[in-house]
Amino acid sequence: MPDDLIKLTNLSFAWGEKVILKDINLNIPRGSVVAIMGPSGVGKTTVLRLITGQLLPTKGTVEVDGMCVSSMNHKNLYKMRRNIGVLLQNGALFTDLDVFENVAVPVREHTNLPEALIRRLVLIKLQAVGLRGAVDLMPSELSGGMARRVALARASVLDPSLMLYDEPLAGLDPIGASTILRLIRDTNDAMGMTSVVITHSVEDMMELADYAYIIASQSIVGQGTPEQLRENTDPRVVQFLNGEIDGPVPFHYPASDIHQDLLG
Amino acid sequence: MSKTNSNMDAITKPLATLGRSVLFFGQILAAIRPDLKLLRATLAQVYFIGARSLVIIMICGFFVGMVLTLQSYVELSKFGATDSVGTVLALSLFRELGPVLTALLFSGRAGTSIAAEIGLMKATEQLSAMELMAIDPVKRVVVPRFIAGVISLPLLSMLFTLLALAGGATYAINIMGIDSGIFWGNMVSSVEFQSDFMMSFWKSLAFGIIASFIAVFSGYFTTPTGDGIGRATTQTVVVSAVVVLIVDFLITVLMTWT
Repeated sequence: MPDDLIKLTNLSFAWGEKVILKDINLNIPRGSVVAIMGPSGVGKTTVLRLITGQLLPTKGTVEVDGMCVSSMNHKNLYKMRRNIGVLLQNGALFTDLDVFENVAVPVREHTNLPEALIRRLVLIKLQAVGLRGAVDLMPSELSGGMARRVALARASVLDPSLMLYDEPLAGLDPIGASTILRLIRDTNDAMGMTSVVITHSVEDMMELADYAYIIASQSIVGQGTPEQLRENTDPRVVQFLNGEIDGPVPFHYPASDIHQDLLG
Repeated sequence: MSKTNSNMDAITKPLATLGRSVLFFGQILAAIRPDLKLLRATLAQVYFIGARSLVIIMICGFFVGMVLTLQSYVELSKFGATDSVGTVLALSLFRELGPVLTALLFSGRAGTSIAAEIGLMKATEQLSAMELMAIDPVKRVVVPRFIAGVISLPLLSMLFTLLALAGGATYAINIMGIDSGIFWGNMVSSVEFQSDFMMSFWKSLAFGIIASFIAVFSGYFTTPTGDGIGRATTQTVVVSAVVVLIVDFLITVLMTWT
């Protein structure tokens, strides 16, 4: 039986009346890179926010490292988050701090290391993402890909055991995207982390991930290794993997009859 | 039915905002833990929101003093009481105009800046990133700005009053030709430490708490969009002005009553 770092059991989540996720069961084994894929707006980022405890499930449980996230108090939640690195979609760098200070923020906040050691640690992390030379730049001077790499260095600076990536490839050019992909894999393997990648970039994830879940219509419609998913015949999985415009996920947003709308 | 809902919203929404603001104020107070990080962050904010408001406060103070002197002189001359110009000027400034006008200028200059900055941090997920790094954004972002505002406003108010007195004195003595000894002498004999100077201090302290809180609250709970940030900055000025004027009346009643 694999040792799972994250377990979502019979999990449901709704915004008021609108159900986003329904009876989801999802396990993330330690040391693996797992992709959570699906069409836009299906609730992938909601899964990430449920794992970090920013949102609470309406039903079911979220367990991280054997601890139930939804029943944690504020103190324990923050304690758990110190062991999680999160790369948000736009990097979310602090715009009033330079690259060095951005990466140093978690170190300064959670440790009492001397300044010389903080400097060494930050430079090592920036070297790993190829941006040691950009140490004095401000976030406004960075390209989208560079900002994402600085954010990755910041998220991993305290060597967390779990890394969560929210759409890490969105808006990046092919060079930037393959750089981030390589860094996700290298960081995961070199530091013995577990990585969860929220994305809709099918081809890239089929290359990178050890295992993948596809979410659509409020539930998990497909899961398995990339090879197993390619052989999946569920029309919702096939539509998503092949990028078909129309199918179980319709092209048109639900609307009244067009003749009635146009001709009155 | 929809009209009933809309009427209910008109009652419940302000109540919900009031409840949220009370909870947020408690959250701010609970997050204040004196340490070196807080001291550094607060001093940086005192510079950003206090020191950078100096020019506007000084210019406005000087001109308010001059115009107040001119208006008083015109009216008092009808009764042959122009010697009292200094008294009228000082009492108006210490008791009302100093703290009130400084608070209004502060909310326009620094309050909007605080609300926009925090709102933008929310829109660009910087606050969310902090939470995910197990850093409390209220402690690291809101508290230093709030404390800096509370410290800065009384200091700015004193400066405003000082410059207004200087402006008034310049106009009265050099242009109106009032004897400087009479001007300053009447002023000194009529201003009392407890009822005038301390009233000015307590009012500016209260306005500092109000204006700073409204600014951080508006920014922190803004809708994270361009439109939302715009509304947060407008709300900061409008709500601060209304609350400051209401609280000004209440403090005046309280302090003149006892």
